[in-house]
Amino acid sequence: MPWRLLKIGLRGAHKEPRFFPEPADLRDSYDVVIIGGGGHGLACAYYLATRHGIRNVAVLEQGYIGGGNTGRNTTIVRSNYLTPDGVRFYDASVRMFQRLSQELDINLFYSTRGHYTLAHSDEAMRTMRWRAEVNRHLDVDSQVVDRDAVGRGIPGLDLDCGGSQPVMGALYHAPGAVVRHDAVAWGYARAATNNGVEVHQKTRVTGMQVENGRVCGVATDRGNIRCGAVVSMVAGSTPRITEMAGLSTPIEIFPLQACVTEPVKPFLDTIVVSGSLHVYVSQSSRGELVMGASVDPAVLHSTRSSFEFVEGLADRIVDLFPFTARLRINRQWAGMSDMTPDFAPIMGTTPVSGFYLDAGWGTWGFKATPISGSTMADTVANNRNHELIEPFRFDRFADFQLVGEKGAASVGH
Amino acid sequence: MQQLDCPIIGRRPISEFVYGGEVRRPPPGDAPLADVADHAFNRTGQPTVLREWWFHRPTGRWFVLERNTLSNVVERVVPPQEVAYAIPTL
Repeated sequence: MPWRLLKIGLRGAHKEPRFFPEPADLRDSYDVVIIGGGGHGLACAYYLATRHGIRNVAVLEQGYIGGGNTGRNTTIVRSNYLTPDGVRFYDASVRMFQRLSQELDINLFYSTRGHYTLAHSDEAMRTMRWRAEVNRHLDVDSQVVDRDAVGRGIPGLDLDCGGSQPVMGALYHAPGAVVRHDAVAWGYARAATNNGVEVHQKTRVTGMQVENGRVCGVATDRGNIRCGAVVSMVAGSTPRITEMAGLSTPIEIFPLQACVTEPVKPFLDTIVVSGSLHVYVSQSSRGELVMGASVDPAVLHSTRSSFEFVEGLADRIVDLFPFTARLRINRQWAGMSDMTPDFAPIMGTTPVSGFYLDAGWGTWGFKATPISGSTMADTVANNRNHELIEPFRFDRFADFQLVGEKGAASVGH
Repeated sequence: MQQLDCPIIGRRPISEFVYGGEVRRPPPGDAPLADVADHAFNRTGQPTVLREWWFHRPTGRWFVLERNTLSNVVERVVPPQEVAYAIPTL
């Protein structure tokens, strides 16, 4: 090894293999164009190449890979949803996540922590029981625990929350986990490029060519591309893309903010969510408390973070964990959430033939990265919705067949 | 602290306001179901100057603003007469 190091020192590192190969020039035609180089888009490209043999694929990313909401979430993975459709879908995702480090040959720091959703009222306890029953019916490990068990399970927690909203119990979800979100994007990107997919960063889609109800290409700031299928996997930029395709959707963009404290000794080995206090918190492997809240109050296409957010969050986190009053906030940031009225995604085929949508990921998208990539790849390859995503189909609003997942959103909105 | 221009008593902190969403013209009573679904669910999602409802809690008044959803700048206070069709009547 020292000889190799010496050789690199003398000759330079330019011949060494890089994590990502240099991208080729943008070609003027692909079978499939995926808009959005986040976790979902890169996962879809990877599964198109490996499971369906579709390798003539370009992933177009306006910024850099994983630089959107993939790198802005609070990295929580769980499947304790409310509707059977949601539970089935997210459970498949958790199971894929558990094997993903091996499959992609990259350490994702996948860490199963257990996940408490605190209930501060009878109404919340009722929802927790409901979720636990639906979860267990579908073989997902969730149970309602009482106040004492919450006290034993979460060190440093004030069970009375400063006296205003005492904890009555919680939904405990053992498979709840955190995972290094950037590595998920990097792992999928490397695996996809190794299988022949082209990933083009700093390539913004500016228009879409639709002829006779069928998509035939996209315009980018680096030239036009002809293609047989376009998959939009752009989360907060979805309405801009659907407008290019001439589609109306229920999606509205709200900023979602998060922050981390300075690092402290490891003390919190579980994930804690309180819907009533609008806060979720976990401790990263670096020791920082990673905290988030509900979305901002009004529609806004912006990733600026605000003082109102951090002030409100600090107020509530101190009720939950009184000792955090001594901690300082290190960083805060925001992402753009594409919210839907029923808090479920919009996935699959659309009225425009060859245009597929993977959107409406609101505040719940990161945990679905592997399953949305694989089900969307299956949907594109077969031109019909995969059975797991059929409940999330584009036209469910026109049919008044909403999915009703709001009760399982991490915090009230 | 972010502030919003209340047409009644001037600039107030954003925390005093409740967002009411985009102003949309309701379909006629005998509209086809597709139009009802479009009105109930679909929204102008892309960045634009959006005409939207706001409620000021302390004064208890609803009003309509035109706000740029990319820059977060309020461009105009809309007089109630302009949106009278959307105000529920008894």
